[in-house]
Amino acid sequence: MPDPIERRRGRRRRNRREYGVFALLILPNIAMVLTFEYWPVLYNAYLSMTRWNMISGSPVWVGLKNYINLFTSSQFHQVLLNTLVFGGFVVIGSVLIGLALAVLINQKLHLRGIVRTAAFAPYVISGAAVATLWLFIFDPNYGLSRVVFSWFGASSPHWTTDSAWAMPALIIAYLWKGTGFVAIVYLAGLQGLPEEYDEAARIDGAGRWTIFRRITLPLLSPVTFFVMVITMIGTFQAYDLIAVMTNGGPGIATTTLSWFVYERAFKASDAGGGAAAAVVLFFILLALTALQNAYSQRKVHYQ
Amino acid sequence: MRDSTLRKILLYIALAVAAATFIVPLYWVFSSAVKDNSAIYQFPPDWFPWPLVVENFGEAWRAAPFNNFLVNSLIVTSIGASLKLMNATFTAYAFTHLRFPLKNVLFLFMLGSLMVPNNVTLIVNYITIANLNWINTYMGLILPSSGSIFGMFLLRQYMMTLPKEINEAAKVDGAGHFRMLFQVVLPMCKPMLVTVGVIAVVDMWNDFIWPLIVTNTVEMRTLPIGLLYLRSTEGYTNWGAIMAGTVIVALPMLILFLFTQRHIARGLTAGAVKG
Repeated sequence: MPDPIERRRGRRRRNRREYGVFALLILPNIAMVLTFEYWPVLYNAYLSMTRWNMISGSPVWVGLKNYINLFTSSQFHQVLLNTLVFGGFVVIGSVLIGLALAVLINQKLHLRGIVRTAAFAPYVISGAAVATLWLFIFDPNYGLSRVVFSWFGASSPHWTTDSAWAMPALIIAYLWKGTGFVAIVYLAGLQGLPEEYDEAARIDGAGRWTIFRRITLPLLSPVTFFVMVITMIGTFQAYDLIAVMTNGGPGIATTTLSWFVYERAFKASDAGGGAAAAVVLFFILLALTALQNAYSQRKVHYQ
Repeated sequence: MRDSTLRKILLYIALAVAAATFIVPLYWVFSSAVKDNSAIYQFPPDWFPWPLVVENFGEAWRAAPFNNFLVNSLIVTSIGASLKLMNATFTAYAFTHLRFPLKNVLFLFMLGSLMVPNNVTLIVNYITIANLNWINTYMGLILPSSGSIFGMFLLRQYMMTLPKEINEAAKVDGAGHFRMLFQVVLPMCKPMLVTVGVIAVVDMWNDFIWPLIVTNTVEMRTLPIGLLYLRSTEGYTNWGAIMAGTVIVALPMLILFLFTQRHIARGLTAGAVKG
């Protein structure tokens, strides 16, 4: 029988070895997170208070000047409005169409599997490819848009080059790409719902629509809120659609906040202005996420 | 009864409309890519082009260095996704099977980085990569995306559901941690490894904004950026060649998707619906 001191020493050695293996295993991942996720947040905050062209020299401290410039420029107000319009319509469209699709696919119909696959597929296609496809469809001379408008005896609008139509074009392309995923999320939500409520209500003589509105919809509200937040966040990543379809134009008609960050920093060589806009974007996302957390904690409908 | 027949008919009409909405645009891309050039500009359009031609692909290849795009995308995707999967696996194993002081705090710290949007990291990561002299290199293309937090999270959740006895049995055997990981734990995690791997592949292949800013010569572009380049060189109207390019970018992920859609769906909805 080994004496207790020996045993404790052995355990400590084993612990130390286990700590060593742990550190070794997580080191690469944690190094990536620190270097490419957390450090950028800090340095970006610093850059937002400097003036720098990113090429030569080094950042010059200017305090809050970049922020003041942003919030006093009518161009930036337009950018914020664009962001809200793009995000807002995409979120509303995703929820309405995604939920409708999910309810449809949830019915016991033949071939519903094909529709689920077809709707989900665009989600994994490169945004650049989806954008190019829609650019062709929206081509007023050779695209499908011309065909559809000709049914009504009209000619196709010049979607991506007309400032009134460019934003709707982006929204349609984004919805086509993303709604299938929202439907899949809703489908998972629908299939996870307890059936007792449904049955009880049906026995009480409630119609389908009443059951959907009074029982299914409220039970799904956490899913809805999740969908709204991730869709909104998703619209902030739509660089590929904007780059290919509109380049932020015509003028600045489709310049959203994230495109503005890219333009300022990498086209206008204004690292400070880009960084300040990125900080504004970050706080918008933080607020949205906090809202979602607060909401889902207060109102969880699952048992 | 009659009511339910009518309802069925309406539901099938809705199903057909939904199917058309998603399938027709895809069909339009693929059929245009193999259409004769004159048929592209025909009105009303030719829905069933015959004979099928491949000259659009040749033209896309002539107009832009698609060989480079393809090789770059393959390199970036395969190495990047492998690194992501490796990082996710190692970290998930460490967090579930090893002791470490304050490891739960550490886990939350890593998970917190999911809150950082890539818009905020864009400028600084560019500066970091530029300081390392990695602009326009594979290193610069791959390294910043090689960490995996979402994958780590999915795998950790999965590993926590494995029966504890296996752990104990292997400990008694005195199996080292690497043997334990590769011979015991990973074989049991296969479904989740496929999920994390496929999502990583799709992410790397489709990534747009980072390859756009970190490369600056045509030869170093990946496929999605190459498609943008093709469109700008071919102008706005040579749709046959441009649709051929679009097929090259979209088809590999579509095929992967057809085989693994359940895995993808499970991974991506994991955060949404908690059982």
